[in-house]
Amino acid sequence: MTAGRFGAFGGRYVPEALIPALEQLDEARTTAMQDPTFLAELDHLHRTYTGRPSIITEVPRFAAHAGGARIILKREDLNHTGSHKINNVIAQALLTKRMGKSRVIAETGAGQHGVATATAAALMGLSCRVYMGKVDTERQALNVARMRMLGAEVVAVEHGSATLKDAINEALRDWVTNVEDTHYLIGTVTGPHPFPEMVRDFHRIIGVEAREQVLELTGRLPDAVVACVGGGSNAMGIFHRFIEDEGVRLLGVEAGGEGLEGRHAARFASAVPGVLHGAMSYLMQDEDGQTMESHSVSAGLDYPSVGPEHAFLRDSGRAEYVYATDDQAMEAFALLCRTEGIIPAIESAHALAGALVLGRELGPDGIILVNLSGRGDKDMHTAAEWFRLVDEDEEVVPSGESEDPRATGDGRAQL
Amino acid sequence: MSAELGVSDVLARCRAEGRAALIGYLPVGFPDVEGSIRAMVAMVESGVDIVEVGLPYSDPLMDGPVIQHAVEAALEGGTHVLDGFRATRAIRDAGAPALVMSYWNLILRRGVDRYAAELAAAGGAGLITPDLIPDEAAEWIAASEREGLDRVFLVAPSSTPERLSRVAEACRGFVYAASTMGVTGERSSVGSSARDLVERTRSVTDLPVCVGLGVSNGDQAAELAQYADGVIVGTAFVRALSGDGELEARLDALRELTADLARGVREGAR
Repeated sequence: MTAGRFGAFGGRYVPEALIPALEQLDEARTTAMQDPTFLAELDHLHRTYTGRPSIITEVPRFAAHAGGARIILKREDLNHTGSHKINNVIAQALLTKRMGKSRVIAETGAGQHGVATATAAALMGLSCRVYMGKVDTERQALNVARMRMLGAEVVAVEHGSATLKDAINEALRDWVTNVEDTHYLIGTVTGPHPFPEMVRDFHRIIGVEAREQVLELTGRLPDAVVACVGGGSNAMGIFHRFIEDEGVRLLGVEAGGEGLEGRHAARFASAVPGVLHGAMSYLMQDEDGQTMESHSVSAGLDYPSVGPEHAFLRDSGRAEYVYATDDQAMEAFALLCRTEGIIPAIESAHALAGALVLGRELGPDGIILVNLSGRGDKDMHTAAEWFRLVDEDEEVVPSGESEDPRATGDGRAQL
Repeated sequence: MSAELGVSDVLARCRAEGRAALIGYLPVGFPDVEGSIRAMVAMVESGVDIVEVGLPYSDPLMDGPVIQHAVEAALEGGTHVLDGFRATRAIRDAGAPALVMSYWNLILRRGVDRYAAELAAAGGAGLITPDLIPDEAAEWIAASEREGLDRVFLVAPSSTPERLSRVAEACRGFVYAASTMGVTGERSSVGSSARDLVERTRSVTDLPVCVGLGVSNGDQAAELAQYADGVIVGTAFVRALSGDGELEARLDALRELTADLARGVREGAR
């Protein structure tokens, strides 16, 4: 077995051709994390560009629906580019330059990681190509436009199920061909070692900040930390600092989709261990070992496997994993909008749904920290359809007719 | 045809004949299970020395578009992992050793020990594992020793001397040199990196070194045969089988290609 194991999970299940690049990356990130110059540069960018530290917000009107427990949100939605993804991306882009590479590639599901990567590439003068399943380019068209505005090339992948897993396959094919000058900027805590460990370390700042902030606000540690889990980067980011705090429950919320009887992405509720995209973890697969298609209303949680460290935390009992269905997540999504004036990403709404259930269990004395990993601007199209905010025949985008004689265009330009 | 049908025996026989071996890949289940097995047997009858039986996988990240489309079609047609054993049996009956080429999760799902025992029982010679490195292969190395199966790992142009040694030491049968960085597919030139990689690999092992990725015709095969112990061809065979029209006509095209490649490996004087 190689290094980079979390118990039985993780490892390096990749073509031999990629091993030198993984070893180079492991060396580079290990050195960088002990180099004060790198750490100072990263810290400077986080303070002056990302917008760190992100604040926490207590949400009592929302919490009234959760048995009265105190609920505190870690506001990763307020980061530049709208989600936690930027933490990891800025750091890996810095590493790319340290390794003397000039090009980054990335996969993206919802588009959050693709937008963050395109942003960092623009900031640091790197050439950038983002692979996105064709199905996802259609349900996240706005993010495709954002990436292109930022100068990235977006490739719609049509093979297989044309979603996130196929985008990763295509990115890996690109990487093995162009590994000499290209870094594969993986967006979550999965893939071959050292990615799961490295991406976790770059997101660890979420939990480090939040732990202090909650202590300052409430005078004690929270009873539970809750986060949604697709690949699992935002969850590992907020969990990791709390792992040694034995009294703090760690709760990951997977995408339950239509429920376990229908299509879903609740890996821990249904799957057995297997290998996908370089790592051993829980994997939705058929009896032959073929990857099964996952489903979620949220593109960012729609992945048939999960980061290997989550598999380890689950089997060791340190963290618990539940799932929220599409219905439950969208209900929590609407509730936060209406009670607190915060529009969460649908991914993060799964964590909110988990907190609603947990709050009723803990009662009024409980304190729950929820990672609000992203904002929901990108999800307005999905939400508008879900809640029927527009008539069947009417477009979400207004026609843009105006009384003003100087007005031109159809209104889209104003968005 | 000798009674010995191991991969090592065949490679030794080719070496004695002063030529490289021709190794042909096809995925089982394309265009359907029956048709793929007929095609593999046709390759053996037309001059392929060793057959690689590909198991279709949902996420073939080392493969280019031609093989991707073929394995997608095979999966849509309902091909299963167990169909590979029908192919290994038929190839062995036709007089050639059959190596199964599979992404690792299919073997893992079946159970490594169980798969190894079943493969040996079905006349298979061993496994080629494109996404399994020796560092992760302890269970497979033990199982293959127990069953007397060959295990073929890959080296690449990016491999350091340390990695070449590590991989070659773990191989049994031959070392697979992936000649170019990238996925499977035909290339107009296989370039100098193949020769360099073969030479670097030879300096760390006495095992035969076979070269794959990019070869599509007899002339390219002849070029590689000058320095490689075996020439591995995949995409070109899949393409020959991919045409429209009757299966018989496509099998004829496959036989013709095989004959051209078989000429190539014999022309490459060594």
